[in-house]
Amino acid sequence: MNFGLLINEGPYNHQAADTAYQFARAALGKGHRVQRVFFYNDGVNNATRLTEPPQDDRHIVNRWSKLAADHGVDLVVCVAAGLRRGLVEDNVAPGFRISGLGQLVEAGIESDRFVVFGD
Amino acid sequence: MAQVAEALEQEQDAQSVVKKFMFVNRKAPYGTIYALEGLEVVLISAAFDQDVSLAFLDDGVYQLVKGQQTKGLEVKNFSPTYRALEGYDVEKLYVEGESLEARGLREDQLLVPVQVVSAQEMAQLMEQQDVIIGF
Repeated sequence: MNFGLLINEGPYNHQAADTAYQFARAALGKGHRVQRVFFYNDGVNNATRLTEPPQDDRHIVNRWSKLAADHGVDLVVCVAAGLRRGLVEDNVAPGFRISGLGQLVEAGIESDRFVVFGD
Repeated sequence: MAQVAEALEQEQDAQSVVKKFMFVNRKAPYGTIYALEGLEVVLISAAFDQDVSLAFLDDGVYQLVKGQQTKGLEVKNFSPTYRALEGYDVEKLYVEGESLEARGLREDQLLVPVQVVSAQEMAQLMEQQDVIIGF
């Protein structure tokens, strides 16, 4: 099955990003495809390469980057939501790209299941 | 909106599939950004010629209440966007009657024409959808 995911909450502040990541890992582990993860609202903060959590904490941003590198998951950050929160090309982590909301709707159209992680 | 123009370009490349998209609005219009940024997605999905409907429940029903005054908050009053939805062929707006009643609101206090449905009817509408996005 082909999944599209939407993440609407920031990392560390809310569990949504962790749950979405665990969901993606589990789906890929079962042989499914995760076509795209779209980051919206404060979810765009999952993409900032300036993130430096304490060493004994998980690194949410690097985890996403690795997921993209290992499984070809398309990580898309909404340009308008990103600009509002200071996220631009210069500070997105590897594996993320900035694009428009059309990418969210397209993922909804093309995936077999579209799953939203938010408050 | 620049994003609408961009979406129209992408739409030409997308499949000609029409899916039933329902946007579920559960939060008050101001205080958090969910309602405002949620509306942006609604407009883009309409540009993709999808079968779009909106559901309003819980505090989400406040999004449609007439007479919002946002000047003191220094945020944009986006009530006009709900009135503009018709122009994007987004005409299916469902409001949960129980949520209205629990807040002492009546249909005639709302900005735009809606269909007031029961929680049970709302559940049936949700069952018919292909994609449900909640904000």
